[in-house]
Amino acid sequence: MTSTVHIDVHHLTRVEGHGNIIVNVTDGAIEKCEWQVPEAPRFFESMVRGRHYSEVARITSRICGICAVGHTLASVKATEDALGIEISAQSRKLRELLKHAENADSHVLHAYILVAPDLAGAPSVFPLVETMPDVVARALRLKRLCHEWGSLIGGRTTHPTTVVPGGMAEVPTVKELAELKQKLVAAVPDLEATLETVAALAPNIPAFDRPTEYIGLSSDEDYGLYDGQIQSVLPDGTKQRYPVADYRLVTNEFVVPQSTAKYTKNKLDSYAAGALARFNNNYDMLVPQAKQAAEMLGLQPICTNPYMNTVAQVVEVVHSVYDSLRLIDELLETGVKLEPLARPTKHGRGIQSVEVPRGILFHEYDYDAAGTCQGGNCIIPTNQNHNNIQHDFDVLVPQLLEADKAEKEMELALEMLVRAYDPCISCSTHHLDVTFVR
Amino acid sequence: MSKPKVAFFDFACCEGCQIEMTNYGAEPFLELLKHVDIVEFREAMSETTTEPIDIALIEGSFTREADRARLMEIRKRAKIVIAYGQCATTGGINALKNHQTDYKQFVYGTDSDLPHLDSKKAYGVDHVIKVDYYAYGCPVNKYEVLQILLHLLHGKEPVIPNYPVCVECKRRETVCRFDEGDHCMGMVARAGCGAPCPAAGIPCEACRGFVDQPNLPAFEKVLVDRAGFTPQRAAEKGRMFTANALEAS
Repeated sequence: MTSTVHIDVHHLTRVEGHGNIIVNVTDGAIEKCEWQVPEAPRFFESMVRGRHYSEVARITSRICGICAVGHTLASVKATEDALGIEISAQSRKLRELLKHAENADSHVLHAYILVAPDLAGAPSVFPLVETMPDVVARALRLKRLCHEWGSLIGGRTTHPTTVVPGGMAEVPTVKELAELKQKLVAAVPDLEATLETVAALAPNIPAFDRPTEYIGLSSDEDYGLYDGQIQSVLPDGTKQRYPVADYRLVTNEFVVPQSTAKYTKNKLDSYAAGALARFNNNYDMLVPQAKQAAEMLGLQPICTNPYMNTVAQVVEVVHSVYDSLRLIDELLETGVKLEPLARPTKHGRGIQSVEVPRGILFHEYDYDAAGTCQGGNCIIPTNQNHNNIQHDFDVLVPQLLEADKAEKEMELALEMLVRAYDPCISCSTHHLDVTFVR
Repeated sequence: MSKPKVAFFDFACCEGCQIEMTNYGAEPFLELLKHVDIVEFREAMSETTTEPIDIALIEGSFTREADRARLMEIRKRAKIVIAYGQCATTGGINALKNHQTDYKQFVYGTDSDLPHLDSKKAYGVDHVIKVDYYAYGCPVNKYEVLQILLHLLHGKEPVIPNYPVCVECKRRETVCRFDEGDHCMGMVARAGCGAPCPAAGIPCEACRGFVDQPNLPAFEKVLVDRAGFTPQRAAEKGRMFTANALEAS
């Protein structure tokens, strides 16, 4: 068994934001084993105070450059909840289409650019430009497709412009939607090739199981990306639902010294959010093509290997493409027209949630009679995963020592574990460092 | 001749401007890689370098003393520094809290005195180091970034617009937001984005900052006279992405 290890990964690479991994083992005794989050805090909940309701989502979108669509949707939904605004069926469909675009966009980025290099034995995607040119070109092609898809509905993908309280400020034409449908259909061969690439690399995904609680939005209508109730599923399959308004009872945030991001827990010592948590909660609501993809990639609910989160993301990409084809067909059938924005009917507190690529996201705001924001609270998926990552470390490190892994192998295994969660640390205002002490 | 070495660095930000680099599509991005070597880009690659850098693109704001040394080290290694995105050019959205005194207590409550939660006012990176070029925007306009890089590769000076967004609205024949009963910051906002927001029926929030020497008293008067703002809301409007410029005016 490995007896002495010092790992100090300062500002882990290929993740959004800054995190450190520190592991010190001396004579077989684990002295320190920490996932640390040193990201510079940014204080968004304070910034929104005093701002008009039309500005609030513009501000909180800037929490995250990768899930800006999700932050915008959660923020606008919470504002609409607070101000008694009901949006039209058309606006809801367009927002669902945009939500799918973001999920696919972020997952493509994560699986291809951030994770695949580990599985292919490369330090980044750049050496793969030479060694796997077809895969890199396909990745950039799919990324661009998702960018065009999201931009058509949201104006742009990084900090979308069209989603505003009351509906959509701009809508695509029927012709543009028909073109988007053609592009998505034309991307099916790239999707199938993606599944083959993932299947070929899957044997390099570490085998590690740590049953935990999985939390995500859930709905009887669909897969629950845009709306639903909070749902928890335990490793034995026990499910429980909670109203979104009770999110504080589920998240139970607390501050820890190694992190500028707050931690969370519910029924167990920690819980996981994200694609794997959604898959474990909502498998039944996936489109048939996504279920086939899961079967091909060996993913079944309830999967307790956190490294499989990336595989669950790829399954969700398939789901988002095919479910979007359905949404586009419905919109093409009814036609699309620019609608006046629905107006506020009251003021007070609003709490809403959406699923962003990394998991369940909550926004809450208070407004006065003039529509001025009095304060906000945002709970980010990566916050909810930090504690689970730490608990994974606590189980994984002794296993790696027992298996006699060399320090570099351990370091890679821990880095890959963090990457699998696709942390969005700027969002969570926390950081990652791995340090092993000899 | 070896290709120019380009590196990306990030401070307090959302890293969305770095993500924009992945949105060009296969052909433009692979073509770009024929002309530059990307040698460091933590969000996308594990490789790092201690070698000199030709062009450093820095995203994010300076918000804490702990980051000063890292910024100075980047400046020392880089021939050209580009402030990349609004957080780095002016402090961007991060500066929206600069006028508040209780932001730490508001977010972290009784834990706010913990040393690792330290954060001061947010500034652009030129608060600490010399910046050679500015890529404005929240997010950056990825095609403008390409233009800046192409100019530098050819030894030319990039041209950054210093006229208001109103010019771009007129050019694309967008109906003025004020004529729609709305408000807008376009008259004092730096152009270069192509004015997509008013065209989509929403006001410009000046996410590329102000033009040089904006006439802010006139701007506030227009908000009151034509959009029906209270004087207080009109005075606060300019804080969105431009809080530091507002404080300095």
